Amino acid sequence: MSVAKPLPHDAARLHVTGAARYVDDIPAPASALHIAFGLSPVAAGTINAVDLRDVAAAPGVVAVLTAADLPFENDVSPSNHDEPLLAKEAVHYAGQPIFMVVATSHLAARYAARLGHVEITETTPILTIEDALAANSRFEDGPRIYRKGDADAALKTAPHILTGTIHIGGQEHFYLEGQAALAQPQDNGDMVVQSSTQHPTEIQHKVAEALGKPMHAVRVETRRMGGGFGGKESQGNALAVACAVAAARTGGTCKMRYDRDDDMIVTGKRHDFRIDYSVGFGADGVITALDVTHYTRCGWAMDLSLPVADRAMLHADNAYHLDNIRITSHRLRTNMQSATAFRGFGGPQGIVGIERVMDHIAQHLAIDPLAVRRANYYADVMQPDNSGIAHDNRGVPDPSADLASRGAPAVSQTGPVQTRTDVQTTPYHQPVQDCIINALTDRLAETSNYTARRAAVAEWNAAQPVLKRGIALTPVKFGISFTLTHLNQAGALVHVYQDGSIHLNHGGTEMGQGLFQKVAQIAASRFGVDISAVRITATDTGKVPNTSATAASSGTDLNGMAVQAACDTIRDRIAAHLAERHQTRPDAVHFADGKVIVGGEQLSFAQAAASAYENRVSLSSTGYYKTPEIEWDRIAGRGRPFFYFAYGAAVTEVVIDTLTGENRILRADILHDAGTSLNPALDIGQIEGGYVQGAGWLTTEELVWDAKGALRTHAPSTYKIPAISDTPDVFNVALWDQPNPAQTVYRSKAVGEPPLMLGISAFMALSDAVSACGDGFGDLQAPATAEAVLTAIGKARNAL
Amino acid sequence: MDITFLLNGEVVSLTDISPSTTLLNWLRDTQSLTGTKEGCNEGDCGACSVMVSDAQGHRAVNGCILFLPQIHGKSVTTVEGVSAPGGALHPVQQTMIDHHGSQCGFCTPGFVVTMATDHLNGKTDHATQLAGNLCRCTGYAPIIRAARAAETAPVPPHLRDLKIPDGKISSGGPAQPDGGRQPPRPCQPETTDDLAHWYADNPDATLVAGATDVGLWVTKQFRDLGPMVFLNRLQDLGGISDEGSAWRIGATTTIADLEAHFAPLHPSLGAMLRRYGSAQVRNAATIGGNIANGSPIGDGPPALIAMGATLHLRYRDTRRALPLEDFFLDYGKQDRKPGEFVEAITVPKQPDTLRCYKLSKRFDQDISAVCGCINLTLEGSVITDARIAYGGMAGIPKRAAETEAALINQSFDETSIRRAMIALPMDFQPLTDMRASAQYRLLTAQNLLLRYLYEMNGVPTNLHEVTA
Repeated sequence: MSVAKPLPHDAARLHVTGAARYVDDIPAPASALHIAFGLSPVAAGTINAVDLRDVAAAPGVVAVLTAADLPFENDVSPSNHDEPLLAKEAVHYAGQPIFMVVATSHLAARYAARLGHVEITETTPILTIEDALAANSRFEDGPRIYRKGDADAALKTAPHILTGTIHIGGQEHFYLEGQAALAQPQDNGDMVVQSSTQHPTEIQHKVAEALGKPMHAVRVETRRMGGGFGGKESQGNALAVACAVAAARTGGTCKMRYDRDDDMIVTGKRHDFRIDYSVGFGADGVITALDVTHYTRCGWAMDLSLPVADRAMLHADNAYHLDNIRITSHRLRTNMQSATAFRGFGGPQGIVGIERVMDHIAQHLAIDPLAVRRANYYADVMQPDNSGIAHDNRGVPDPSADLASRGAPAVSQTGPVQTRTDVQTTPYHQPVQDCIINALTDRLAETSNYTARRAAVAEWNAAQPVLKRGIALTPVKFGISFTLTHLNQAGALVHVYQDGSIHLNHGGTEMGQGLFQKVAQIAASRFGVDISAVRITATDTGKVPNTSATAASSGTDLNGMAVQAACDTIRDRIAAHLAERHQTRPDAVHFADGKVIVGGEQLSFAQAAASAYENRVSLSSTGYYKTPEIEWDRIAGRGRPFFYFAYGAAVTEVVIDTLTGENRILRADILHDAGTSLNPALDIGQIEGGYVQGAGWLTTEELVWDAKGALRTHAPSTYKIPAISDTPDVFNVALWDQPNPAQTVYRSKAVGEPPLMLGISAFMALSDAVSACGDGFGDLQAPATAEAVLTAIGKARNAL
Repeated sequence: MDITFLLNGEVVSLTDISPSTTLLNWLRDTQSLTGTKEGCNEGDCGACSVMVSDAQGHRAVNGCILFLPQIHGKSVTTVEGVSAPGGALHPVQQTMIDHHGSQCGFCTPGFVVTMATDHLNGKTDHATQLAGNLCRCTGYAPIIRAARAAETAPVPPHLRDLKIPDGKISSGGPAQPDGGRQPPRPCQPETTDDLAHWYADNPDATLVAGATDVGLWVTKQFRDLGPMVFLNRLQDLGGISDEGSAWRIGATTTIADLEAHFAPLHPSLGAMLRRYGSAQVRNAATIGGNIANGSPIGDGPPALIAMGATLHLRYRDTRRALPLEDFFLDYGKQDRKPGEFVEAITVPKQPDTLRCYKLSKRFDQDISAVCGCINLTLEGSVITDARIAYGGMAGIPKRAAETEAALINQSFDETSIRRAMIALPMDFQPLTDMRASAQYRLLTAQNLLLRYLYEMNGVPTNLHEVTA
């Protein structure tokens, strides 16, 4: 069976030969026009005058458009209709597009875009968290608050109390392929758009609005992205809309890609956070009360910030059972790029918050941080299947009340929520019934030799004056499902041709994660054929409509199930046909090894398909899936937002230089839960890559804005993602070996986002090394650049 | 301007090219060779890596900041030429598939080209050679595994027998002999004498050697470079020669060649040069460009100043020499007349007391926040000479005069070093920028003096010598 085989990425051969086509590689007519945006140089102000005569006169320029030239909707927001493609009266961040240039070449467009004269009356931008709080500049009317137990009362009686603050920087996606789109006008003013997007339906939706057409007039196709990581969930809208508007206006093909600097200046990034905490705990490190406040800079537009901030709150517990907790979340509007989805979607920031608390407690009590973590873990619940779990399913809310993306504000639900008291629950009252973190930690601690290495680190640190080591084991528990419940659906379209070859299509997009191959393996397994019989095709809104973004780690869970359903429909039709012909029962027809066995006869799959065709059996089917058992009230902070949790843990060892703060990861050991892996090779790829990306976020990747709100780190020369030498010298990755108790496709678990948070162990290992430098709490801030580490060393040494 | 080169084994002759056209744009826009990708358009990600071969060998370079005239007379291999003509995969392509070295695949062609170049050159220090290729998906582990797995595979015949122009390929852009009476055209001189006269006649021209900085003036700043003069055909402006008591290093010597020369003599300098840009950048960038550029954060000048290097400038047939530190007058201002150019530096031969410390956010391929180069001469335990220079601490690469003075004639111990650390703020008042704060720069510049003491006394100070 194809499932569970470590097959390479479906396009691996195309990748290594350079033959894999990305949007900018698609052959376009020589007459194709190219687009670039003219950007605001200031972070806040009112536009007084726009003089674009020099732009229009530049070589190769065909057209120059401002907001006034847009015929229909001027909006590229995925949620709140608050994000004009081109600025109207005001500008809200340095880098906001004000006009667009259509020219005969990419270079001509970029060159001309610099020649605009835009007169702006500057106003004082709101940049910092403190600025935003002082101005009450926020999304939603006030902070969101989730509660369980009574944090205030429990804090009053706690034996020990600590308070602290951690700043957690944002993160640039740095997908290697920048944003890109290509639009080709069709009959009737229809539009075909090629887009490097995780969300073709959203592109279709925004392009249709901009053209003043129904969605049926727009078809969007995405074969592959050169990386997404959340950065192409909504950030591609602007380019696709610009291309479509220009194509409609000029009647010709238009394409657009951002130069890297423009990409980094224009598009949103991971939300940065300040997290304040007051924690009460006992001498054993067990937390009795936690009051935690998230402040996040959302940037100028809403985009997906509400569900991002929600998910941060939903991960404020990580793997820890907390009885008395209050989580407060401020979603602050600032004059910066509109922060957006990024792998983990707020979860990583929430988890860093609670992991910092664990570290602080351990430092205060002078005990191994792992002991504190274990003391607070949820209890393991091992059971083969959760299908028997009772749920108070109050139904799915009316989707029409929500806007068309996961950025939409949900409607608060009425009615009391029953919380079961006989099971451990999260701070949002979801039972945790699949916990394996204790057993997983035990096994990882053993295989990584954690205890002995911790002793060796201590011995080294006692002897060495300059270089100090640190080691940390941190867990991950990550909730799987879109928290906007109606997004948890998917569709598929499968054709079997009369020669037995299979055409596979579904709503998920391929950004490198291997989704297409995993889903193809599912399809091959359903038909009992070799993977080579399955042709994977580009995501296409004309084949599968109303898709959700490929996001929230849900790609395989949702689309795999939809494909399975479509395949099974066709397979059952073939089986019924053959059973009738052989006077047997359909369940006596077997599909395996490229053969169909029925009534003692063996047919090739192609023969079976041909027979079905000749007997007028439909060999095409859609498939559909919606995640069961979930329901969620994001205003009250109650319900079951997640179908299940994915778990993992990592041990990282580091060394720091106490003279300069320079640091290096020496070794990482990971044990991660992918359920029954659909493809262990691809899953391990996600884990290795996620770890390094997470470690990069918390170490070298520093975003710097200047005092006027201009981003100063807008190219790889100044923004430093991990390079090859930053990968750990020793890097051991293993998969947990138990199936998902939830009824997912082949009992696999989602693996896109969770591993990113394994990288938090690198940050906590650095914090551990800092704590070896003195008796004080180093209070390491993220990202732990060399400078941040040196500052923390100073604090550790100089504490009273 | 006319050029001729080999592209994936086939002769290409171009006439009337715009000299600032990059190889990447030419490949993608005119040849439909879209395997070579644009990731950053500034030479920092390696997605555009191509292999350039000539009589000196094969090297990976960034195609996004490589101007077409720079490949005149050379052989270029793109990812499309890494596979055999019949389509058979190169060993590194096969191992990249076998070890799951690609995910999104966008960086992959660049990796494959660099890996194939290393495979051809027999290089197995993968972390060094691949530091200029960024990948955002894999975390690099499978790429390292793939590179290792391909090490012992034989070089495929089409690369082993790759055609390399013999160097006599006719030049398309000779220097104009009339002293610039006509409007100057781009120029590609064959001798330094030609260059000297042409440049004196056209002092507004832009000299292009490796283009690792000038390339960005075009791709990012759309700067008008005026007439361009390409130095890559010059046979007599590069190379390292032994002058008895000193090494003479020609201006167009690449950083890669400089590293190869100095690594055995001064391992600390070699280790720092290993971190200069990336392999692709070191293969193109020249020491003359690094100096003439005048950047306060170039890593070459502090080290060369600490070694007591002398700079040799030329205007027509007039030459002058000055201590390298005297060349840097102020931010953006050097002691160089219009039409004058860097011909060479000379570096005195010396005992290996130099230590070079480069501080940056990322270990590899990052611009220094602080680059401290310390060179103390001891007699017994007494410091008799001190040459200390920093980059990133002022508007120019600069010697730490007060710090040096505080050390001379002192004993080499922690007391003296700490006294010098106190003196250091008299030498430098650094700035805060996106790379580091002023306080961090000052504190670490001081601490690097301590590191020098510790290192000389055998205390472990090198993160990269620690293993788990």
